[in-house]
Amino acid sequence: MSQWKNFTKGFLKENPVFVLLLGLCPTLGVTSTAINGMAMGLATLFVLLMSNIVVSLIKNLIPEKVRIPSFIVVIATFVTVVDLVMAGYAPAVHEQLGLFIPLIVVNCIVLGRAEAFASRKSFMSSMIDGLGMGLGFTFALTLLGSVREILGSLSIFGFKFMEGDGILVFILPPGAFIALGYLIAIMNKFKKA
Amino acid sequence: MAKKESTFINMVATLFIVTLVASTALAYVYELTKEPIEAAKLAKKLEAIDAVVPDYDNQPVDEMFKVAVGDGQDSIEFYPAKKEGKVVGTAVRSYTNTGYNGLVVLMVGVLPDGTIKDIEVVQHKETPGLGTKMESPKFKDQFKNMDPSQVTIKVKKDGGDIDAITAATISSRAFSAATQLAIDTYKKGGNK
Repeated sequence: MSQWKNFTKGFLKENPVFVLLLGLCPTLGVTSTAINGMAMGLATLFVLLMSNIVVSLIKNLIPEKVRIPSFIVVIATFVTVVDLVMAGYAPAVHEQLGLFIPLIVVNCIVLGRAEAFASRKSFMSSMIDGLGMGLGFTFALTLLGSVREILGSLSIFGFKFMEGDGILVFILPPGAFIALGYLIAIMNKFKKA
Repeated sequence: MAKKESTFINMVATLFIVTLVASTALAYVYELTKEPIEAAKLAKKLEAIDAVVPDYDNQPVDEMFKVAVGDGQDSIEFYPAKKEGKVVGTAVRSYTNTGYNGLVVLMVGVLPDGTIKDIEVVQHKETPGLGTKMESPKFKDQFKNMDPSQVTIKVKKDGGDIDAITAATISSRAFSAATQLAIDTYKKGGNK
């Protein structure tokens, strides 16, 4: 597989949210606004990229039987770093995302990529994979957040473009499921064409 | 490079090294971010205080004192704002656990004559789009320049004078309860 293909697969062909349906907990939980979705996506992107890099570098030093615990420790370390840095430098966003930041540890995409990709492939491929998957995740969350914000609060990235209240259900959890369902349907149509 | 074998020693050693490196790195990041996190917390507190009391020239956070509420509840923090040594207002950090999703924390600005200047919502987990409207001026401004001795701080449904937020009566009740607690505690011991 060429590196370019390796990079772009995270957006459409193997998009973590729309195709693999991984990491749906933060996807549904934090995407009530576009900014929240993007912040969550970027935090996951960082963890995914760094853990893929580290795992691909240490993969030969880790005995087979303790590889999952070792990967989890690596991932948890980067998640805690993100958590601390966000609390210090972006407190407003950190408060909005709340518990979902520490929960990146158990996000299936991160461990999934470490186990299925980074522990078998070279450093370069793993880095590109992490970047592509992370950007694909960010893209999906920002898109979902935008749709929900536009329909639910009639604003985009905090900028209100119309007076009024919008359709409340899109801000609430059921709206996340409805919006995600339609987005997946559109993505599938798009993919086949 | 060949994979390491999964012998007992190898596994223990690997996990030990991995966790050691991880904890060292985290300790370093923790030290690095400690100050910004403290600063961010303080800035947020000051922002809430600034919003609810008149201009002051002292350090309300340094002069903070606590007043017990009783019944094993957390005591309430008072931040006196002074100008030229005279108290011009007090920011009362009140709270209630009766929000729709538990804890709601308010910063209530009380003037020396006992009237409420303004209220800021410090922390809450209310439903987005419904309970979060308690942060909006439409609801909050009912409390602006309010004299608590003239009105009953309860929603109209409970026989008070406060217009509740549509579809968020519980959040409105919680907001009123926290405000009432602030006023009561202020009368009890915050009027220094």
